[in-house]
Amino acid sequence: MSLREKHGAEIDAIVGKYAQKRSAVLALLYIAQDEYGYLTDAGVREVAEILEMPPTDVFEVAGFYSLLYEQPVGKWVLQVCDDVPCCFSGAEELITALEDTLGIKVDQTTADGMFTLQRVKCLADCNRAPLMQANLEYYRDLTPDRIDGVLDELRTRAASGEKLSISGRFAER
Amino acid sequence: MPPLTEHIVLRDLDVPNIGDQEVYIQNGGYEALRIALKEKTPADVMTMVKDAGLRGRGGAGFPAGVKWGFLPKGVYPRYLLCNCDESEPGTFNNHQIVDRNPHQLIEGIILAAYAIECHTAFIYVRGEFAHAARTLQRAVDQAYEKGFLGKDILGSGFELDIIVHRGAGAYICGEETALMESLEGKIGQPRLKPPFPAVAGLYGKPTIINNVETLTNVPMIVRKGVEWYRTFGTERSPGTKVFSLSGHVNRPGNYEVPFGTPLRELIEADYYGGGMRNGNQVKIVVPGGASAAWLTAAQLDVTMDYEALAAAGTMLGSGGVIVLDETVSAVEVAYKMDEFFKHESCGKCTPCREGTHFLVKVLHRLNHGGGRQGDIPILHDVYNQMAGNCFCLLGESAVVPIRSALKLFPHEFEEAIARATAGANGANGKHAIALVTH
Ligand SMILES: Cc1cc2nc3c(=O)[nH]c(=O)nc-3n(C[C@H](O)[C@H](O)[C@H](O)COP(=O)(O)O)c2cc1C
Ligand code: SF4
Ligand code: FES
Repeated sequence: MSLREKHGAEIDAIVGKYAQKRSAVLALLYIAQDEYGYLTDAGVREVAEILEMPPTDVFEVAGFYSLLYEQPVGKWVLQVCDDVPCCFSGAEELITALEDTLGIKVDQTTADGMFTLQRVKCLADCNRAPLMQANLEYYRDLTPDRIDGVLDELRTRAASGEKLSISGRFAER
Repeated sequence: MPPLTEHIVLRDLDVPNIGDQEVYIQNGGYEALRIALKEKTPADVMTMVKDAGLRGRGGAGFPAGVKWGFLPKGVYPRYLLCNCDESEPGTFNNHQIVDRNPHQLIEGIILAAYAIECHTAFIYVRGEFAHAARTLQRAVDQAYEKGFLGKDILGSGFELDIIVHRGAGAYICGEETALMESLEGKIGQPRLKPPFPAVAGLYGKPTIINNVETLTNVPMIVRKGVEWYRTFGTERSPGTKVFSLSGHVNRPGNYEVPFGTPLRELIEADYYGGGMRNGNQVKIVVPGGASAAWLTAAQLDVTMDYEALAAAGTMLGSGGVIVLDETVSAVEVAYKMDEFFKHESCGKCTPCREGTHFLVKVLHRLNHGGGRQGDIPILHDVYNQMAGNCFCLLGESAVVPIRSALKLFPHEFEEAIARATAGANGANGKHAIALVTH
């Protein structure tokens, strides 16, 4: 089923808010990557068609923004802030611990397709370092000893059939 | 100075649950809007904001009322943009406002829109603030239900819509013209100025853009008056500022203080930073986000206002105060900060795109035991070629950390090179920092 068929009402509501249709491009790309797991070629073209934009423009947008994923990602995208001041307050240790626990390196996805690990820049919660977002939900004061618990919680949520959004579109825990 | 007993912006600290619309209304919320719509003309509101001396909190400190006055007469529609892209390293005050006191921001937006005679406002929220965007949307929906938004607001005939718009991860979209490009569905690259946004902004129409904290001040100015507002702060920096204090202090967090509070008090007072962790020493203070020049322990008596920080050779910037102790090396701090700018460079102009790339390359090898003779002159050469030649302030900001580090801690660069050329192995920084290649 196409994005239009599946999400027509939501798409119309979003597009209707703007004086110019193409202002809705980020919101629609968010829907597309949730639907297909990442921004597939076809997904980007669908958005272009809905917004009557040249596909090259939409591909350009997809390539520019860090929260738009042009490569497959896991069900949960884990984004650890490694910026100043976090990197001097435990972020490097957190990244190492996550790499060890998950058995992957930064920018990789676990074999079961559950987790993708990324480094990101300041998440504007620097007083709660070290921290990460999982599908844009914050996990603050995340010392390495808490990792197992958090990963278990995320696995359980995925297994429970909860509809997850790598774009952060739905209400969270 | 004792801490504030009453906050202007972080009123969530005075009133529990002020994020609930009912609680906000019970505590004077939307009173300013009633006063303005019943008793004041748009020009009156603009004059109040001008007289209060409210300065933009997004970085430049430009007087808000003066900016509003730049709109060309008689040209409509006009747009108001609230900048909630907050991505400057070390800055998290907007985040607390939208999470915990969203209705005051919304009231501020309505008042500002009334003052500038605009009927559509946008809140551009950085993509990572998915939760805050939902909080804002809920608050906006509630404002419609109560008749504070929509057509004929409180029976006054004034109408306004607010659209909450999520970005998708890009620091540069906080720059005002890049934000407009992004809102128009394009990649976030800055526009050439002039024309300035007040003349031709979003969709080519006259546009005013203000920071979250700037707009959150407005209801209190209108409700409590200019005189009351000016009892806080200094003559030229009136009011309060929410500083985001982070790094190696005992109590990192947001602290709203009157402009003019000494930096030392912010770091050391029990009711603010509570001093340095483990009794360590202050080594580097970055007083206004990564774009601000560094201060050292010798400069803690500077006061936190636009004028004093400029006189000290730095700036108040975003209000992100990063305090680092002697466990860090200046070389690694410069590396991490310039890595941020490299990561966020939009790629439009060569000095920034190539310059940040080169700075990071050299800083990386200095940090990882590979420093070479001649690296210091190379670094000076690169930032000098960037300075004054970048298309927007992001590239100019990237010059700041490396220039600060070389000026204040030149021996650390020399030592890094000496260690490397003497055959030292491995990282010479205290933290192992991986090179990020994208
Ligand atoms: C690279 C760059 C990033 C910026 N990011 C922000 C931001 O996240 N939030 C913000 O309010 N202003 C930011 N600014 C400043 C805006 O361009 C603009 O001056 C500000 O939003 C105006 O609001 P104010 O007058 O209320 O401060 C940024 C500027 C630059 C050059
Ligand atoms: S200075 Fe950097 S961010 Fe600004 S336009 Fe040039 S490349 Fe883009
Ligand atoms: S540096 Fe990590 S949240 Fe700001």
